[in-house]
Amino acid sequence: MKLTKIFLAVFLSSAILFFSCKPKDADVQTKITQQFAAKPDCAGASATVTDGVATLTGEVKDDACKNLAESTAKDVKGVKSVVNNLTTTPPPAVVTAPAVSSDNALTQGVTDATKDFPDVTATVNNGEVTLTGSIKRADLTKLIQTLNTLKPTKINNQLTIK
Amino acid sequence: MSALQDKYKELIDTANASGISNLQVSEQGNVLHIDGEAPTGEAKDKLWEIYNKIDPDYRAGDVIMNVNVAAGSGTKAKVTTDSTNLNIRKGPGTDQPIVGKAAHDAIVTLLSKPNDQWWLIKTDDGAEGYAYAQYLSPQ
Repeated sequence: MKLTKIFLAVFLSSAILFFSCKPKDADVQTKITQQFAAKPDCAGASATVTDGVATLTGEVKDDACKNLAESTAKDVKGVKSVVNNLTTTPPPAVVTAPAVSSDNALTQGVTDATKDFPDVTATVNNGEVTLTGSIKRADLTKLIQTLNTLKPTKINNQLTIK
Repeated sequence: MSALQDKYKELIDTANASGISNLQVSEQGNVLHIDGEAPTGEAKDKLWEIYNKIDPDYRAGDVIMNVNVAAGSGTKAKVTTDSTNLNIRKGPGTDQPIVGKAAHDAIVTLLSKPNDQWWLIKTDDGAEGYAYAQYLSPQ
């Protein structure tokens, strides 16, 4: 009988402890959220608190922001420990589409090729060269020949022949 | 044989017959690509003459013919500008500084062809640098 009473007492006291923790965790969580809101570098981070353990999730700018969010959360009263699951935003992917770079090389080559023909305008798009403006018939073959050596995918000749 | 190769049959046949080395005829996105190296300037001119005959003023835009005249180190080339001097530049590009000039109709030595647009040349005066291949005719 005595043992049952002890068990009951333990049960009740732990139940009181358990329920008394509940609102506290919520308060701590609110506090962390407020702290994060006050620091622009913590933008993107959010916290959930369970039994005093704050788990940080979300995506922040960089590692410095990640550490700042962690120390910010640690400083909040009631936080026992911090599990930092924050991720950092990967740097913008470097665009290395071959079409783009070849357009750049092509544009440079086309600029050189049309330099001596001021009435010719050339545009480069997706490997295609489009010629507008005017040219003397005697110069046409010379220009087209040079453009052909640049290995474009296509030449759209819209030139007016003088 | 495709419609394109049919249309430019005379051009392909002539390229085959005129000793173009590394001749490659291929099609990509309805454009006929002809690559290779011509033994002489005349052979190259002949091909362009036929191309212009089949497709007057190159309006159809269905051929890319990248055929250049083979020239090794030490070959002579004539400066074929309209009337002006030809700029010799430090590097291959119009953004490069001018290091010298070759006179109209002058004969220069072709040292190398780093690419199809810019050739490394040397004048008789000793000026060395890159000149635009459009204005050079290998002799």
